[in-house]
Amino acid sequence: MSPRIAIKDDARERRVFAARAATAFLVVLMLVGGLVLRLIQLQVWEHETYQTRSEQNRIQVQPLAPPRGLIYDRNGELLASNRPISTLTVVQERVRDLPGLIDELAGLVEITPEDVERFNERRERRRRPFEPVALKLNLSEEEVARLAVNRHRLPGVEIATELVRHYPLDALMAHAVGSVRRVTEDDLRRLDGVRYSATRFIGRHGVERYYEQSLHGDVGYQKVETDAHGRIRQVLDINPPVAGQNITVHLDSRLQIAAAAALGDRRGAVVALDPRSGGILAMVSQPAYDPNLFVTGISDEQYRSLVSSRDTPLFNRAINGQYAPGSTFKPIVGLAGLSLGVVGWDEEIVDQGWFRLPGQDRIYRDWSWTPDNSGGQGRVDLHRAIYRSSNVFFYDMATRMDIDDLSGFAAQFGLGQRLAVDVPETSPGLLPDRDWKRSARNLPWYPGDSVNIGIGQGDLLVTPLQLATVAATIANRGRIVRPRMLLASDRPLAEFDPPPPLPPVQGPSPDDWERMVDAMEAVVHRGNQGYGQNGTAWYYIGQEIPYRMAGKSGTAQVVEIQQGEQYDEEELGEYERKHAWFIAFAPADDPVIALAVLVENGGGGSAVAAPVAREVLDAYLLPQLAAR
Amino acid sequence: MSNQDFVRSLPQYSATGAPARLRQIHLDPIMLLAIAAVIGLGLVVLYSAADRNMTLFGNQIVRLGIATAAMIVAAQIRPRFYMRWTPVFYVGGLIMLLLVLAVGVTVKGSQRWLELPGGLPRFQPSELMKVAVPMMVAWYFHDRPLPPRFSDLCVALLIIAVPAGCIILQPDLGTGILVAFAGVAVVLLSGLYWKWVAMAGVALAMAAPGLWYLLQDYQRQRILTLFDPNSDPLGAGWNIIQSTTAIGSGGVYGKGLFQGTQSHLDFLPESHTDFIIAVIGEELGLVGVLTVLSLYLVLVARGLYIATQASHTFERLVAGALTLTFFVYAFVNVAMVCGLLPVVGVPLPLVSYGGTSAITLMASFGIIMSVRTHRGW
Repeated sequence: MSPRIAIKDDARERRVFAARAATAFLVVLMLVGGLVLRLIQLQVWEHETYQTRSEQNRIQVQPLAPPRGLIYDRNGELLASNRPISTLTVVQERVRDLPGLIDELAGLVEITPEDVERFNERRERRRRPFEPVALKLNLSEEEVARLAVNRHRLPGVEIATELVRHYPLDALMAHAVGSVRRVTEDDLRRLDGVRYSATRFIGRHGVERYYEQSLHGDVGYQKVETDAHGRIRQVLDINPPVAGQNITVHLDSRLQIAAAAALGDRRGAVVALDPRSGGILAMVSQPAYDPNLFVTGISDEQYRSLVSSRDTPLFNRAINGQYAPGSTFKPIVGLAGLSLGVVGWDEEIVDQGWFRLPGQDRIYRDWSWTPDNSGGQGRVDLHRAIYRSSNVFFYDMATRMDIDDLSGFAAQFGLGQRLAVDVPETSPGLLPDRDWKRSARNLPWYPGDSVNIGIGQGDLLVTPLQLATVAATIANRGRIVRPRMLLASDRPLAEFDPPPPLPPVQGPSPDDWERMVDAMEAVVHRGNQGYGQNGTAWYYIGQEIPYRMAGKSGTAQVVEIQQGEQYDEEELGEYERKHAWFIAFAPADDPVIALAVLVENGGGGSAVAAPVAREVLDAYLLPQLAAR
Repeated sequence: MSNQDFVRSLPQYSATGAPARLRQIHLDPIMLLAIAAVIGLGLVVLYSAADRNMTLFGNQIVRLGIATAAMIVAAQIRPRFYMRWTPVFYVGGLIMLLLVLAVGVTVKGSQRWLELPGGLPRFQPSELMKVAVPMMVAWYFHDRPLPPRFSDLCVALLIIAVPAGCIILQPDLGTGILVAFAGVAVVLLSGLYWKWVAMAGVALAMAAPGLWYLLQDYQRQRILTLFDPNSDPLGAGWNIIQSTTAIGSGGVYGKGLFQGTQSHLDFLPESHTDFIIAVIGEELGLVGVLTVLSLYLVLVARGLYIATQASHTFERLVAGALTLTFFVYAFVNVAMVCGLLPVVGVPLPLVSYGGTSAITLMASFGIIMSVRTHRGW
């Protein structure tokens, strides 16, 4: 035993240790007491809070998107339907080697670098753990099958299926039926957030936009138990969604096909109405775009080319293209003159090919004018002025009327206004008068302004839809109808609330209307009369025509031609050439269709636009005639 | 010493029956009963937490079997033998720790495992040190005057600091602190002057801001999350939000076994390992958690009692320190799951799924039982 041991006091050590052990146990009791207090706080005092939180964890109310209502044309053809698409999604948390997995998937389905880029963007966004992220949209059935076969070795890969809008006719109906686009954050602030909680697409243009509320349907709900990964373990309760309303529109897809074919690859628009109801039978604007692209995801490149193209395929020329009507405005000027008593059917003037206001040097030309002043239509009355489209006659007429009277009369045809019942986003055009000129230009109305208005030039602007309405109004001998899309629906639609019918055009007598229709028939049918005696369109469309058609051509200048110079198509750039117009209706004595055709920068109305009109009318009327 | 012999010769100790027979094979009946109760309850909860996964359940039974064997073996060895071999254990453990730092296997970003040759299971030297460090301090104190003098205290702190430092360098801050605590527990139980304890406390408090800068980013994040779990509800705060939700939603009586939605729908992470107390809280309620805590208290009380009754300084210090270390494990785990302490990787003693810690713990109980049941020194 070493001496040091002797210093050790075993009894004291024992006492000290016992005291320390007791102290330690006291501390242990205090710490356990603290834990117990915390447990009581969690499990007794705040139990309800945590119980609620646990239920919220477990039970989720998921909105169920309603299937969008279908859109049919007048023949029962589907214009807008729904189809299921499959999306390849990846649950990142369940994947060890993400680049490796993407490589492996690329061996099974086509995955572009752009897909990967977008996938990475989506991954960056804030999301729940285990939330699937879309990698490739719109899988083909074969791709779905190939993925399904390989699924066992692709953990974290899931295929999600949903119903999306589908337009079976692709680009054909893009500007008539419209399209849908993805719901944005802005929409959700503006719309009923609950109603749209499961909705991913919303009407963007056209019928889809106007009848959005009815087409959308009512959202449904399911109460589900989910795990922490968001996977549904069981459905506890379900309240199914109510599908949107199916609607039928006046559009006739066969006529639409004919109109698009007649325009071919030229820029322009065709609007055809049923003059009895105002129903829009066809509404074509070329070039168009494939609305399906906006559903399944359009690439940046595709979108950029759509937006930046000089031919503006996203632009709906039929309702938003505003152009000078040119000579198609002449029937209105003539009817205004008759109503105001400044001209009669028997009155003649001499057309030498040019017109000059008293005391002014400026020369206003006829389309037949030549630099040696040898043109002109000779002796012209109103009838001949229509079928020969004499500018000089209407220059003279316009100067005889006060512009406010002429504007007021023309307004009865819907110019300068939005008349359509259920076509959203239409442009109003421009019907100038004194007030407009003072407020817009701060200038008085000059007689020269009236001269230009007389032949549908100057500041006057109309849309193809408006000119189709003008054609329908003349076809109806003054009874004006509002253009409309909706033909029928299963139940009344909340959005369909047409304003009261418009009063018929005041002024012209029934005889005036008939004689104006006669003059417009002559435009098409008066032929074999010799040089300078035929209707302007007869040569192009008036031969071998099995029905009576009334029409009027128009050629709208895009750039001003200098005094003394001649319009030379070859010298002008493509986008500076004249716009070709033609309005028509048929059969002339009992019209069932009225239309307006515009070919942008196409040239002469009779030569370019009239044949399009003839093709469209043939497509509509020939089967009907054959059936009779 | 003679006093002990006298007590053991009293009739109640020589009585026949199960307790006496257990004591003959060097097991302590009270401790054994409490351990069995904790393990039994733990297995039931584990079966539920692991979603009735029989493989996992079987693994745990095998591990607990090994751990029980370790306890029984440890209980058969005389305390004197432990003391004699303590320096060997300690130095051997220290060498292995250094080896781990040099050539250890990296798991989850830190080197804790030593690959043993010949297909033996992987070995974690830091586990050995949880027992070896308090034993070494006790060995150093056993023949020195207590309360310790300043020079002895310094040596003791060195004995603690070297292995604890190695473990912290692995890096495994949690285990390092726990190993250090096991050693410090011996120093405190040895009767260190309260004045010195207070001074050390003040020094530690003053050093705390400096220590903050020594922490890794993720460790700081865990501490910050403790104060505001909702600052990062899907990241670092997720565990704590989900575990407190599990416990709180259990209420007094719990949702019933297998009925816990937090654990069975995977909201609760690590539900069968470090966070298993949350499953108990959710499925068995306050009653279940209090049962577990009470059983732990019985073990702690019994351990401390055995320590006070021991005849030799080494026995006292080792039994007391191992008991307190066990308590710290339990406390840290429950406090962490309740959101009172930062998340550290400490399993719930005898309940959490996992082998190494169970073997160490049961061996410690074996040593305590050895202290209790071996006559004389």
